[in-house]
Amino acid sequence: MPATPFTIDDLKSILREGAGADEGVDLDGDILDAEFDALGYESLAMLETAGRIEREYGISLDEEIFADARTPRALIALVNEQLPAAQAV
Amino acid sequence: MNAATVVTGLGVAAPNGLGLESYWSAVLAGRGAIGRVARFDPTSYPAQLAGEIDGFVAEDHLPSRLLPQTDRMTRLALVSADWALEDAGVVPDTLPAYDMGVITASHSGGFEFGQKELQALWSKGGRYVSAYQSFAWFYAVNSGQISIRNGMRGPSGVVVSDQAGGLDALAQARRQIRKGTPLIVSGAIDASICPWGWVAQLASDRLSRATDPGRAYVPFDDGAAGHVPGEGGALLILEDADYARARGARQVYAEIAGHASTFDPAPGSGRGPGLQRAIEQALSDGGTAPGEVDVVFADAAAVPELDRFEAEAITKVFGPRAVPVTAPKTMTGRLYSGAAPLDVATACLSIRDGVIPPTTNTSLSRHYDIDLVTGPPRDTPVRVALVLARGYGGFNSAVVVRAPRD
Repeated sequence: MPATPFTIDDLKSILREGAGADEGVDLDGDILDAEFDALGYESLAMLETAGRIEREYGISLDEEIFADARTPRALIALVNEQLPAAQAV
Repeated sequence: MNAATVVTGLGVAAPNGLGLESYWSAVLAGRGAIGRVARFDPTSYPAQLAGEIDGFVAEDHLPSRLLPQTDRMTRLALVSADWALEDAGVVPDTLPAYDMGVITASHSGGFEFGQKELQALWSKGGRYVSAYQSFAWFYAVNSGQISIRNGMRGPSGVVVSDQAGGLDALAQARRQIRKGTPLIVSGAIDASICPWGWVAQLASDRLSRATDPGRAYVPFDDGAAGHVPGEGGALLILEDADYARARGARQVYAEIAGHASTFDPAPGSGRGPGLQRAIEQALSDGGTAPGEVDVVFADAAAVPELDRFEAEAITKVFGPRAVPVTAPKTMTGRLYSGAAPLDVATACLSIRDGVIPPTTNTSLSRHYDIDLVTGPPRDTPVRVALVLARGYGGFNSAVVVRAPRD
């Protein structure tokens, strides 16, 4: 289990691997506050993303997480709340 | 009076040619693509040959958003649909979304994708199964993905009747065109050469166990002993003839002039198989006399009893050796739902170029009184082609493809 906090780079690699990247979107740009919807990810892509975060980090995310976490910044914060390593930093 | 349904674009993905003209030149040269399975190690399976598509790199054609959610058959279908639209000169963005629909056939859905996710389920647990498994395996997924990619919101659906489905989908598309949707993307691509797909096909007991690619799939031959599976097929742009003319379609390959499908009677009923009725009814639907047909594209099961049924049906309708019969699928293996749309595409090219492509590898059995085209392609004007397809479990379908009216 990773002993470091969950970062935007971790999220980007999970998004790329699990759902790909929309042609019109530069994931390496400033996307922290962009809504996932605007980045081209529909609900199934977010379900896949949540599943990958859960299994890679050994945590369990609420089914409704994307009601609150509409942007990468909000999702990263919610994931880190559950990571003991991140809380210790 | 219904307007005609015409073919204005062709997209082909075949083991012996990726893309329309590459396929057509291979077919005319009699160049086959049957070989030992390379997509998985077939050593432990009783059947070891297939017609595989080499050199298809999905990443070169499709955006990365589509790759994690698509089976191989869907990737091939999306690209073939792109090619068909391009061939037809149709730019979907410029047409009303509800004027375009997608009706495909499917034999088994996305088996390779499904196998990978089932393996993840067994070995690691449910959390490791892709969310996209929810639809990536599904029969209708090619129709769905083509319609989403191209913004086609008209009637869409899928037909599942094994190999016959490839013709039944074209017939369903024709019905929707007659009801008022002017353009339908139709046809089928199947691709399930993976261990899971393989064992499902082995269960039919119709797979050839031969190891010599030149003798493995020989319909109408005394040595016929099953077929070789292949992958691929064709997608066609079907349009209302007036609509195609009004938009200035760059070509009309042919008209889908007639169709019929029948179902075999229950075993033991004493009644014969339904293929002959399908042929007669399709000809009747197309207002075509048997004497007008210039070539028959056979289903070519390569199972002796089924070959006999087909040869007899052709002989009864047309007379002994009265019409050329061919099965270019001897070069590709049987493509399941993809086979008949590919035959229809091939018929379109036969009409265009005035040539009947050959059946390869087969030496005609003296038991069948048909004019099987073997050896070199036969140069002859082709105005009407009849395409036959049968599906496992008793499906029979026939389509009449006719040269466009001037």
